[in-house]
Amino acid sequence: MGKKGLSKVDLIFEKVDPKEVLTKAFKMTSDGIIKEMLDSGLKGRGGAGFPTGLKWKYTAAEKEPVKYIVCNADEGEPGTFKDREILDKVSYKVYGGMAIAGKAIGARNGIVYLRGEYRFLLPQLMKELESFHKMISEIGYDFKINYCLGSGAYICGEESALFESVEGFRGEPRNKPPYPTTSGVFGKPTSINNVETLVTTMMIIKHGAAKFTELGTKDSRGSKVFSVSGDTPTPGIFELELGMTVQEFVNEFGDGDTKAVQVGGASGFCVPRKKFQNTIIGFEGVPTGGSMKLFNSSRSMYNVLHNYLDFFVEESCGQCTPCRVGCQQLLKGVEKVKKGEVKSTYLNELIKLADTMKIASKCGLGQSVGNAFRTIVENFREEIIY
Amino acid sequence: MIKLTINDQSISVPAGTTVLAAAKKLNINIPTLCNHPDLCVAGICRVCVVEQTGARTLIASCAMPVSEGMDIHTNTLKVRNARRHIVELLLSEHRSDCTKCYKNQKCELQALANEYAFGDTVFLSLVEDHKYNIDRSSPSFIKDDSKCIHCQRCVRTCAELQSVSAIAVANKGAHQKISSFLDRPMSHVVCTNCGQCVNRCPTGALVEKTYIDQVWDAIYDPEKHVVVQTAPAVRVALGEDLGYDPGERVTGKMVTALRQLGFDSVLDTDFTADLTIMEEGTELLTRLKKILVDGNKELALPMFTSCSPGWIKFIEHKYPEFLSNLSTCKSPQQMFGALAKTYYAQKRKIDPAKIVSVSIMPCTAKKYEADRPEMRASGFKDIDYVLTTRELAVMIKQAGLDFRSLESSNYDSIMGDSTGAGVIFGATGGVMEAALRTAYEIVTGREIPFKNLNITPVRGMDGVKEATVKIEGCTDDWKFLEGAELKVAIAHGLVNANKLMKEVRAGKSPYHFIEIMACPGGCIGGGGQPIPTSMEIRKNRMKAIYAEDEHMVLRKSHENPDVIAIYKEFLGKPNSHVSHELLHTHYTERDSY
Repeated sequence: MGKKGLSKVDLIFEKVDPKEVLTKAFKMTSDGIIKEMLDSGLKGRGGAGFPTGLKWKYTAAEKEPVKYIVCNADEGEPGTFKDREILDKVSYKVYGGMAIAGKAIGARNGIVYLRGEYRFLLPQLMKELESFHKMISEIGYDFKINYCLGSGAYICGEESALFESVEGFRGEPRNKPPYPTTSGVFGKPTSINNVETLVTTMMIIKHGAAKFTELGTKDSRGSKVFSVSGDTPTPGIFELELGMTVQEFVNEFGDGDTKAVQVGGASGFCVPRKKFQNTIIGFEGVPTGGSMKLFNSSRSMYNVLHNYLDFFVEESCGQCTPCRVGCQQLLKGVEKVKKGEVKSTYLNELIKLADTMKIASKCGLGQSVGNAFRTIVENFREEIIY
Repeated sequence: MIKLTINDQSISVPAGTTVLAAAKKLNINIPTLCNHPDLCVAGICRVCVVEQTGARTLIASCAMPVSEGMDIHTNTLKVRNARRHIVELLLSEHRSDCTKCYKNQKCELQALANEYAFGDTVFLSLVEDHKYNIDRSSPSFIKDDSKCIHCQRCVRTCAELQSVSAIAVANKGAHQKISSFLDRPMSHVVCTNCGQCVNRCPTGALVEKTYIDQVWDAIYDPEKHVVVQTAPAVRVALGEDLGYDPGERVTGKMVTALRQLGFDSVLDTDFTADLTIMEEGTELLTRLKKILVDGNKELALPMFTSCSPGWIKFIEHKYPEFLSNLSTCKSPQQMFGALAKTYYAQKRKIDPAKIVSVSIMPCTAKKYEADRPEMRASGFKDIDYVLTTRELAVMIKQAGLDFRSLESSNYDSIMGDSTGAGVIFGATGGVMEAALRTAYEIVTGREIPFKNLNITPVRGMDGVKEATVKIEGCTDDWKFLEGAELKVAIAHGLVNANKLMKEVRAGKSPYHFIEIMACPGGCIGGGGQPIPTSMEIRKNRMKAIYAEDEHMVLRKSHENPDVIAIYKEFLGKPNSHVSHELLHTHYTERDSY
């Protein structure tokens, strides 16, 4: 069992007085805010887990007068829907987090890049934004947020592809370096943070880093909003303290017949039943942007894998060779293995290919296709072949 | 300076240098594919990945700037395995009919396959899974998507060098492809047919449309009299496809080779380049007089040159409101074509219906130009076939000629004489220099006051060049120009042309005369020139062009004896009625997408 066990938390959706928290934040220095974030150990909630304080520190260090804070609300990972809920319920906290980030890095402008499919939320979000603008001008602080809508491409959740999209270009990842903290949207230093991360920063300012670090483990501080789906009697959104094992998670959400959990969506890892006990959900084990999909014994893991690969074949931006062609090869390869048209040992070649994609692709998309592929093929090889 | 080690050798390079460039300094070769010295970094083919100690992933050396203390290894097992996978992946989506492919043995993918992916194929073929399109609609080139490896060199070329973007990336994932506006055929989009994309395509996905077989058929047909003309820039580049270094002049050997291939008459486009100067120079002076003295409101300044068919198509699409600023002169190729089936036919007493007129050009847009419906002034198709420099090299190889051992020989007569002014048409600024040499002398009766007639301000590789020539001591006919300052500008590469045209459109252009060449460096960097072409190679070819000029006895167009003869015997005087019928043309407004 994990040290922590499973415990529900109410931080992200907790009602706060934004004026009070922001007044507190704006009285702090930039360094003070950044120190608070570093002390909290907060890591990005979008999935990649880059330390938020560090990101802000780097962006703050840039001398450029114009900087941006971008909220990544292009929630596209299959099986995550927590940012939608956060925006729906507590958008004022997202805006608050952006203003705090703005204060920390020295940005007067924020951009929310909203997933195209969430357009239906926009009227409500704009109304709330109006109140927010009014509220911070009452505090006497100058910070403006604009919305930019995506058009449905998964790749636009990748930070540099997102910038390209904001700038009106084709959503394709850029070469890094330069990193966004030096040259992000419109070539300006940019801190790009996930919706949930921004809300969390606001709560860290409210409660203090020390309080936050009481939650979670050394590598995974705090709590996290999970999107639970699949074969579960209780699908939905749950905020849980980090540090639990997959077993503890399954005990709470499983239907008694769970054979695998896909942690982190299509780009995440498949954890089979035999590894539930020893796998911690978090950066010391399997990281996740929130997607938790449970599969019971009625599911064919071949179909699961096929579905993910189908997704990547469509959603690769197509610019780099390992990802564009590699995804097609993985898909076609497992299909041929299933049909018996190539030997089952061809799966070994495909695993090698997945490893190449992991180290040779241009961006995180191609680099993470191998995660699901390897963990599903290695743990459910017989389901792929027969 | 940044210090790093590559394969355990240390080196210091300036900040901003890429790992690829640093490795090159150590003579360590890293294979590349999407990288091209003329274009921005893409970092997308991933062939150039190398290992950086401590890094989670391999890095693309073309896109990674060096950093202090970096430890790079270019040839580890991890790197080799990844490269092999990448090359195999590219091969799996590439229709590999190599033995039949026009680019066989000139294909960069093939070379990489030879190095990294020989032996058993690792992956499944994806070629049949895609509904690939082969677009043969352009008379200049073929776009075969089944051979495309998505390196986007063509896309970057069209956008960065030419500001045209006739081709762009469309769709994503497995459906990603290089496409045009609404997937239209290349003949129905803004494409200028310049062929710069063809010159940079690493595979057979973009190749010129060849007319080699048709030319052989004509040569072997005893009924036909086949004349060939060679453009100025061909003689300084052809050697590259036949084993010479860039910048070697092979004029005499080329003439011999053409004769041995069986052409009935080997003539020189330089002759009509000189004729262009007579026609265009007169047109400019007349236009200046009509506007400045007669107050003509219909004629427009600045006047633009019209030799470059890529540029003509560009302005027809993008700036059609300025078509009346274009010189009405046909390009030297088309002047030659019109005269071959009239003047030449008469002099040689040959039925023009039996003449087949072939031109060897550094250019793919010339193929399109020859197909224009207005280019039939002789009553026939003025130019029957246009071959690129590369196609001529292929023919020379097909014929089994040992090019190096060929003796030099001279062009045939009637339309074979030329001057240094005609030769320099091949380099950016050359038309301007040739025009100034002649126009200044017409107006003042004196040589233009530049040492050795070398008008250096209009030479060189700057994207936009400008010069001012003060006109003093005019003869009586041209007194109205006394003391005037003729302002000229030169642009090469359509991205630079676009800059000048924006000024013109904004009414801020101070110039009287502007020379524009569609290709970087002018014709020496043309789309039909040997591959590879880079800045360094263009500079070498340019040097050779000016050396060719310096070696000519005659260096002013109006002194060309064949030119003097044709005016005396056939045309009358520049801009005469006959000239207008045969040597001048008109332009067509086209869509901007």
